[in-house]
Amino acid sequence: MTQFTFWDIFSNLLLATRWTILLSLVAFVGGGVLGLILLFVRIGKTWWLRRIVQGYTELFQGTPLLMQLFLAFFGLGLLGINVSPWAAAAVALILWTAAFLVEIWRGCVDAVPKGQWEASASLGMSYIEQMRHVVLPQALRISIPPTVGFSVQVVKGTALTSIIGFVELTKAGTSLANATYESFTVYGLVALIYFVLCYPLSLSARILERKMNAAHRH
Amino acid sequence: MQYHFDFTWLATYWPVFVDGAWMTVRLIFVGGVLGITLGIYCAWARALGPKILGYPVAVYVELIRNTPFLIQLFFIFFGLPSLGLRMNEVEAAMLAMVINLGAYSAEIIRAGIQATPKGQFEAGSSLAMTPVQTFRHIVLVPALQKIWPALASQVVIVMLGSSVVSQIAVEDLTYAANFAQSRTFRAFEAYFVSTLIYLALAILLRFALMWLGTLIFSTRRRAAR
Amino acid sequence: MPLIDIDALHKSYGETEVLKGIDLHVEAGEVIAIIGKSGSGKSTLLRCINGLETINSGAISVGGEQLVEDELHLRKLRLKVGMIFQQFNLFPHKTAGQNVMLAQQVVKKRRKAEAETKAREVMDRVGLGDKFDSYPDQLSGGQQQRVAIARALAMEPMALLCDEVTSALDPELVGEVLQVVRALAADGMTLLMVTHEMAFARDVCSRVVFMHQGRVHEAGPPSEIFANPKTPELRAFIGMAAA
Repeated sequence: MTQFTFWDIFSNLLLATRWTILLSLVAFVGGGVLGLILLFVRIGKTWWLRRIVQGYTELFQGTPLLMQLFLAFFGLGLLGINVSPWAAAAVALILWTAAFLVEIWRGCVDAVPKGQWEASASLGMSYIEQMRHVVLPQALRISIPPTVGFSVQVVKGTALTSIIGFVELTKAGTSLANATYESFTVYGLVALIYFVLCYPLSLSARILERKMNAAHRH
Repeated sequence: MQYHFDFTWLATYWPVFVDGAWMTVRLIFVGGVLGITLGIYCAWARALGPKILGYPVAVYVELIRNTPFLIQLFFIFFGLPSLGLRMNEVEAAMLAMVINLGAYSAEIIRAGIQATPKGQFEAGSSLAMTPVQTFRHIVLVPALQKIWPALASQVVIVMLGSSVVSQIAVEDLTYAANFAQSRTFRAFEAYFVSTLIYLALAILLRFALMWLGTLIFSTRRRAAR
Repeated sequence: MPLIDIDALHKSYGETEVLKGIDLHVEAGEVIAIIGKSGSGKSTLLRCINGLETINSGAISVGGEQLVEDELHLRKLRLKVGMIFQQFNLFPHKTAGQNVMLAQQVVKKRRKAEAETKAREVMDRVGLGDKFDSYPDQLSGGQQQRVAIARALAMEPMALLCDEVTSALDPELVGEVLQVVRALAADGMTLLMVTHEMAFARDVCSRVVFMHQGRVHEAGPPSEIFANPKTPELRAFIGMAAA
């Protein structure tokens, strides 16, 4: 059996952190794009499409992410696709992220006062023009703090992909803990690395929100 | 290749799911009650307590909110025994849930406390109440009422998050699906069934909490009128 | 043919009927004050003319353009009639100048330079030429409302609907807005305004319409309406307003 020094553990964990970061980025960007598409449906004019997106978000927010990962992993397999844990993890996290972002962003669109819709309508703007020039720019500003805040949930969410066998920070941690019997140190370090990834995001979300409340304009 | 869904195995394995769901319910009951209680104390310390208490509580809240629940669970179950803190898997799961919910609810409740009009505190002290009495009798309940929907959502989130406790062999709802699929090789169906039960639990839990909220707060409000 | 033509207009919110058959004909250049208690339906009437409320029955036309509730027709109608709101509703993410330019560029497809020339002209007209690059939250309520008027004027409407345009203002700011409205009236702009400013209505308007319980209860030139009200409801209302 090989002997692990503290630095061996630490460097191995750091190497695995790449995958946590990469998966977080894929989930966040992919989920953002999908979320944006769904947002337009969610605030659109077709009621039954709106209902479908609403059902989608309720489904993903009302079930455990771990179940979604299992279903993606085994479900994609059923479709005859040979799935790697990486692909299943990416698909599930993108769908999950999109579901939450749609709700966050819809709240931001709703937060734009009714008078803004009326004023732009009275100037003769069409629905698309109102959205494009008046409502979305304002909603976008409001949406930045909660969106940054949600990115923390995405990073933490990637930890669950270890359970379906994707090797990222948490999985590397469990392997090292099993190999070294130094669970306290290993999991302490893993927690610390997650904290270093997440805390700046939490902090900037909070600062952004404070700034916006202090001077909401432009 | 055409896959045929098969749920006939449920006839044999449904008791496993019932037991698993029951464990999940017990976990969130204990985690919810103790977690919110912890959250109230921490929120008080953060919003109104002395700095010497507020600072460590802030560190605790940030540490928990910025690390995955799964790692918190592993740290408690696998890491703490090396400090001589040994517990069984169910105790570890409950402790992790209490600590996790405690941190989140502390932040939520603190927001409720900080939204309390200053006049309420002044009214309390003008009646010669101590700050702690003012908090306990005047501030706390309206603050909880204000943030109750957010708190309820957080409890549901913790319940759904508890699905990872199967990783330390707690026999919860996810464990039931793992068990069933290892015997029947019907993985997709097994997880599908437990997903549906989780969804039902989430809806029921939300209803129960909202009902509890109206029970606690509406009677108080009526009495106050 | 009247500029604004309203025939047998009915409007309900659920069970409650707010407008119970309104007939109103406004000639070009008329300045009309709509007065009445809150809940009498006067704001709703104004919002119907602009298509902000869907109507249950009846007909509205402005400058020959019928109110038809699809996007294309609404757009044509709204190009003929501008609206000023109680709460200003300026776009907070744009400067005063950009507020005035936006719809010109987007809806009228004017080029930027052209829109800016027009914007500067109307901003001067409301006396805010020097506030072109200020954001709404850097302006007082009265200034914001004047920008809102400039924003509507830039679209060169045939008529303006003013929905209690001074009600949200501090008393000392009411005068500057009324002065702008008065100047518009003097220039021959057709104005239809819901207002609580009785002195202003008496001075400036050519006709006063008193609404009561969803109907036009009494109408006529201000001299008659204020000096010689015929119905007890109007007498009661004027008595209240004077007190």
